[in-house]
Amino acid sequence: MSDVLIEARNLSVHFPLRRLGFGERPVVRACEGINIEIEKGSFFGLVGESGSGKTTLGRAMLKAAPISLGEITYSDTDVTYDLGSLKGLELKEYRKRAQLIFQDPYAALSPRMTVRDIIAEPLEVMGITSSRAETDEKVREIAAKCRLNLEHLRRFPHAFSGGQRQRISIARALVSDPKFIVADESVAALDVSIQADVLNLLNSIQEESGITFLFISHDLSVIAHTCNFVAVMYLGQIVEAAPTHKLFSETAHPYTRALLSAIPSLDPDVRGHAQKLEGEIPSPINPPPGCRFNTRCPHAQERCRTEVPEWREMSSGHHVACHFSEELSAEFGT
Amino acid sequence: MTSPLISVKDLTLRFKTDEGLVTAVNNVSFDIAPGEVLGLVGESGSGKSVTAKALMMLNAENSVYDDNSHITLNLDGEDIEVLSLKRPQDQMIIRGGAISMIFQEPMASFAPAITIGDQMVEQLLIHSDMTPAQAKDISIEMLTRVGIPEPAQRFGQYAFEFSGGMRQRAMIAMALSTKPRLLIADEPTTALDVTIQAQVIELMKDLVDEFHMSILFITHDLGVIAQTVDRVAVMYLGNLVETGTVRQVINSPAHPYTRGLLNSLPKLDDLEAPLTPVPGDIPSPLDRPSGCVFHTRCVESGAIAEKCRTEIPVYSSDSANHQVACHLATQGEQS
Ligand SMILES: Nc1ncnc2c1ncn2[C@@H]1O[C@H](COP(=O)(O)OP(=O)(O)OP(=O)(O)O)[C@@H](O)[C@H]1O
Ligand SMILES: Nc1ncnc2c1ncn2[C@@H]1O[C@H](COP(=O)(O)OP(=O)(O)O)[C@@H](O)[C@H]1O
Ligand code: SF4
Ligand code: SF4
Ligand SMILES: [Mg+2]
Ligand SMILES: [Mg+2]
Repeated sequence: MSDVLIEARNLSVHFPLRRLGFGERPVVRACEGINIEIEKGSFFGLVGESGSGKTTLGRAMLKAAPISLGEITYSDTDVTYDLGSLKGLELKEYRKRAQLIFQDPYAALSPRMTVRDIIAEPLEVMGITSSRAETDEKVREIAAKCRLNLEHLRRFPHAFSGGQRQRISIARALVSDPKFIVADESVAALDVSIQADVLNLLNSIQEESGITFLFISHDLSVIAHTCNFVAVMYLGQIVEAAPTHKLFSETAHPYTRALLSAIPSLDPDVRGHAQKLEGEIPSPINPPPGCRFNTRCPHAQERCRTEVPEWREMSSGHHVACHFSEELSAEFGT
Repeated sequence: MTSPLISVKDLTLRFKTDEGLVTAVNNVSFDIAPGEVLGLVGESGSGKSVTAKALMMLNAENSVYDDNSHITLNLDGEDIEVLSLKRPQDQMIIRGGAISMIFQEPMASFAPAITIGDQMVEQLLIHSDMTPAQAKDISIEMLTRVGIPEPAQRFGQYAFEFSGGMRQRAMIAMALSTKPRLLIADEPTTALDVTIQAQVIELMKDLVDEFHMSILFITHDLGVIAQTVDRVAVMYLGNLVETGTVRQVINSPAHPYTRGLLNSLPKLDDLEAPLTPVPGDIPSPLDRPSGCVFHTRCVESGAIAEKCRTEIPVYSSDSANHQVACHLATQGEQS
């Protein structure tokens, strides 16, 4: 077996809402019955539409969202943590090891701190360095990796472009020498050129340091380019997960198929080939019974409306939750 | 050739700010023919929205138009000089009449405390001689046309009760209900999920066919451009650097900036291809480079770098009307 850094088993994250009148208290089922393994040193992509639960899953792995059912285990060479029961010193240690790169490059940086102080803050808060000289040394080293120079460190974040602000967020996440980074939508709000720059930077950091990444995005073409493994999420569940090349060559879930064909082609001569999904994502408060995708799935059968498809391994490393994956996969392939 | 529906000539637009005059649009010219979809692309801050708003005189109070800027709207053979429509009652012809706009953020374009239906009806009453009952019928019909389920109920709801995709459809319905000649769509799909984006693009194409209107389609997504428009104009730091048919610009880009944008994109058919960003950052509009505005980031200027730094490239066109503002293109012609 290969080395798994972080693993979720039957993980559910539920957010209870305020009760409206009498009756049962409504619950947002943001993540439901999730099983994934993230291998050490991998660039693991999580893709899905808005509200599908990507951020919630990422936050649960950082112990920043409640684990309602199931468990998440982090195991490195020296430690094993069960995130559900993690507290005290161990939780503090985990906070150093697991970091988040924020979604929105504009909201994330405090406007009244210099770039140096923004990057240094985690070191000071976590008590990682023992002197100002040591902190400065560390900040400069990380800043250089993220192509920020000494002049940049003295300035305030408002003076920076979108791409530079993104590099500042990345530097801040890297400074505590984490083993695991959740990068949530860190490229979605950016222009293509800046996006390419940030993706290249993350990839080179990963190659150099071996940090494990959970990379969250709406954009399957970005995920495909950056990640070696992809999980596709729909309405709180993972519907398909596979090594990137397999997900593309042996697509087995109709939702993955739809996401792929909805990416606008760059070729003006192949227009209108998108296989269109009708309707919108249902509410995670009242997900459809049976297969959650059945209200939009072009291949749905009677059985899909009542019977929940099992999460199963179709071929080595390729998991899917659909009653008809074998037939459909063959059909998609042709 | 038919005369254009709208013709923009030497449009230059600056903003008065505390830090001085900011040039947001510099000497921009383009035409849109009746029934044509023109795509406007460029990085954020390049001046796309400001250009679009100029067509409807919607820019902020601190905007200053250069004297030789012209925007001419041709309505049934009559030329209207948009920039000389100074009084609000004259501007009614364009705002929500001949031209409608779909904004980047759909929430912002609906008043929160008025139902979607009342807003649609009010707009129709201003721009036509309909009775309120007729206006309601037309509004419900438009909501049906854009694929909103149970339109009669939805008519009485507020914007916050709609999902993002539905809001975008409702906004398209409202923008189209007055049957404009030109629809300006400013990043209409950027905030949408890909599956919903595909639905909205399909819808817009159907509606163009049916109503035979022109569209100015603004986006920074070249895939959306390739799928949607007839012609493309590429904008950088307030300048148009290239225009041509969608095939010319996407399949054989003539400007180094356009090539740079295309090279930055992840391509699904070649996952191993490296992403090559345009180097450096977009300069501040307060500090526009001399010569070619793109020279601080251009990787192709090579031997002519000095010329690029000092001389402004003129707009040149090949025989197929593929236009580009780059010294390399004019050099090619001479040699
Ligand atoms: N603290 C919370 N309380 C109640 N509901 C929540 C909470 N956090 C998330 N949710 C809900 O859980 C669901 C999943 O949300 P999440 O933010 O994880 O989605 P996402 O996939 O990251 O979406 P996006 O792509 O828009 O960022 C949504 O319906 C959201 O409204
Ligand atoms: N009211 C204003 N005052 C000052 N500058 C403005 C104003 N509106 C827009 N700008 C500036 O004009 C430039 C072009 O902006 P915009 O058209 O919104 O870009 P895009 O739509 O291409 O992202 C930007 O530098 C922006 O900051
Ligand atoms: S189980 Fe049925 S509804 Fe669900 S994805 Fe498969 S075919 Fe579609
Ligand atoms: S004129 Fe020079 S700097 Fe400008 S795009 Fe052409 S080659 Fe590059
Ligand atoms: Mg999210
Ligand atoms: Mg804009």
